[in-house]
Amino acid sequence: MIGLGHYLGLSAILFTLGAVGVVVRRNALVILMSVELMLNAANLALLGFARQFNDATGHGLAVFVMTVAAAEAAVGLALVLNVFRRRGTVKVDEMRTLRG
Amino acid sequence: MAQAVLFWSFGGLAALLALLVIVLPNPVHCAVALIGNLFCLAALFAMLQAHFLAAVQVLLYAGAILVLFLFVIMLLNLSRQELGRPRQTAAKIAGTLLLGWFGFHLAWRLATLPGESFPAPAAGYGTLEQVGGLLFGPMVLPFEVASVLLVAAVLGAVAIAKRRLW
Repeated sequence: MIGLGHYLGLSAILFTLGAVGVVVRRNALVILMSVELMLNAANLALLGFARQFNDATGHGLAVFVMTVAAAEAAVGLALVLNVFRRRGTVKVDEMRTLRG
Repeated sequence: MAQAVLFWSFGGLAALLALLVIVLPNPVHCAVALIGNLFCLAALFAMLQAHFLAAVQVLLYAGAILVLFLFVIMLLNLSRQELGRPRQTAAKIAGTLLLGWFGFHLAWRLATLPGESFPAPAAGYGTLEQVGGLLFGPMVLPFEVASVLLVAAVLGAVAIAKRRLW
């Protein structure tokens, strides 16, 4: 039977894929998408625990995760847009002004 | 039984589409794969009796956030040189292998936990009424703070992305 463990395992797989995407990709847009993947994996784990313990608090937390994801996407995309306008690139390897 | 078939098909599809998000070279293709992934996750949320969250997932993620991503990709109009394949350095490959080993080991240990299927849901579990009662009851302060956060994010996004503020 499908239980909490299966959902947590799937959540771990999705989170790992998102983390690998952040490490490997150099395109700032795809990095933001990978962050969304990780946030969604966390949501899946929250809802799985909520279902297991019959406690809807996890649903409320998931709503907040979605809110933060929306705010993060808006600010992140505005930053990418501005960097592209000034530097003509979205590759994070080439954004090295602060690296010295 | 039907539960198992649905879980494995939607879960497998979600993992496959997540893999596509991180390997496809073109960001537009990545965004489309991410939309598919979010729909699969919405189906999994519905299977967890979180019907309201499943609807919000489709409306908010697939309907709003991904449209924002696609808009920005269209606005940037990336050149072919920008879309080039990423350079594979030894550190990246080592990091990927380490993360992959850790993640899949963790997933395997979690999925083989001894445990039975979920208990029967309480009456009204996961409905809009229950989640709304939660958000406007015990969680009302974080809820209001979240609205302040959204306003701040919108103002910040406009201030960052606009060429000249005044």
